[in-house]
Amino acid sequence: MGPTISPGQHDLAQQPAFARPSRRNFLKYAGLSGLAAAALAACNKAVNTTPVPGAGTGKSISLGSGDTGILNYAFALEQLEAAFYSAVLLAPYTNMSAYEALYLADIGAHEVAHREFFRTVLGANAIPNLTPNFSSVNFSDRTSVLTTAKTFEDTGVSAYNGAGSLISSATYLTLAGKIVSVEARHAAFIREQLSYGTFADSTVVSAQGLDTSRTPAQVLALVAPFIVETLDGSKLPTS
Amino acid sequence: MNLLDVINEIETRDPAEMDKPNSRRDIFKQISGTAGKIALTALPLGLSGLFQKAQAAGPSNSTTLGILNYALTLEYLESSFYKMGLSVSGLIPTTQEYDAILTIGTHEKEHVAFLQSTIKALGGTPVSEPKFDFTAGAGSGNGPFANVFSDYATFLAVAQAFEDTGVRAYKGQAGALAGGGAYLTAALNIHSVEARHASMIRQMRQERQFAEVTPWITLDYSGIGASVDAVYAAEQNTLQAGVQIVNINGYDITYEAASAAFDETLTMPQVLAIVTPFIVAS
Repeated sequence: MGPTISPGQHDLAQQPAFARPSRRNFLKYAGLSGLAAAALAACNKAVNTTPVPGAGTGKSISLGSGDTGILNYAFALEQLEAAFYSAVLLAPYTNMSAYEALYLADIGAHEVAHREFFRTVLGANAIPNLTPNFSSVNFSDRTSVLTTAKTFEDTGVSAYNGAGSLISSATYLTLAGKIVSVEARHAAFIREQLSYGTFADSTVVSAQGLDTSRTPAQVLALVAPFIVETLDGSKLPTS
Repeated sequence: MNLLDVINEIETRDPAEMDKPNSRRDIFKQISGTAGKIALTALPLGLSGLFQKAQAAGPSNSTTLGILNYALTLEYLESSFYKMGLSVSGLIPTTQEYDAILTIGTHEKEHVAFLQSTIKALGGTPVSEPKFDFTAGAGSGNGPFANVFSDYATFLAVAQAFEDTGVRAYKGQAGALAGGGAYLTAALNIHSVEARHASMIRQMRQERQFAEVTPWITLDYSGIGASVDAVYAAEQNTLQAGVQIVNINGYDITYEAASAAFDETLTMPQVLAIVTPFIVAS
């Protein structure tokens, strides 16, 4: 599939000075190869004529147990994020600035990298590709897209924070740490696009200066509306 | 007590803790002694039992306390830095930016209080706050950032270096805190706040066109200069658990994106080398 962000539409002439030449090839991220057909089908209300089955109507998928289960949990969340940004880049919202296009492409590439990393590490233990359900997102509307992105990024941060103590391997714990700080960087960026000064506001950071942690059960409930299949986390470690 | 004392104390109290495998390379070094060569491909899940053994009991109290005091020292550094910056009239040009720095400074102050009370609750003694020289002059007041409180660009540059160091420093202790339950979770909850700060400071530098920096660490580029090279050492890494992230599984992932998608760790000695110039020699 080809890129759909045209220079004229997004005024690349006004691309800020900080965008170094090597990063100007961001357009190709819009065509993230191998994108699930389902993500395409779900990507834009305006162009989508294929009915998308509702959340939770698909089959149940067990994430598994132990560290494998936690890695599958992370894999599922990264699948969701990667599919979301791919859809955003395929059908950019009205008046997406070059600055936003550049960084949303960056974020999308990071999420694909995370997803494929987990797929590779999990090997035969990986859960199948999930079917996203983005029917609640208005992809032509900036606020709808960025608010959804904020939800995904903040949820991702809280999920990794909450999963840390459930991981028994120090190696995987450190790897989760390497990813969660990047999700937090994304969250702070997305939040700033919505409203200045909200990068770490009191909706996510406590009065003790601590970010949010969520259990897998809490996170799975939050993301369930965005996934057609039902994710079964009942075998995941709880302590 | 300065940071070097904190680290020395950890080594003295519990030398074994310093040798705990933190990186995959270390683990493979240890494994290779008994199991021979293991290909550095994707980490097989079957090996997780080995890692569990290495960490089964979780960290000892003294390890946890050492890490908390290490973290406290870094939070003193950040908290004191923002307090100074916020007190200098005219340094931070707009109300919006002042409020953003105030939010960050408030979090650092909260981290100090949280860590102090946690250390006490564990039966330890919080280290006292060192005297800082934010010019990085080790007390001379005339280091490479001599204009840190008179030039906004320099102030934000030092802020970025501190925040990115904090992110990497906490991450570097995650492995040692494995199995540490609530202490691990608390450290992670501070860690991601530092990452939000780092992202914001980077956005603020970019908006002011002080530097061409992304909210995430792309390669090892700081937009500051060689004086902070140690803060970004090895950030350009694209190999994670033996998996090459560039163009992974046929996806178009550039070197830049692959490096930025994962933040890297710093060890205690690396962090010590970074912050020592900011501490007045006693």
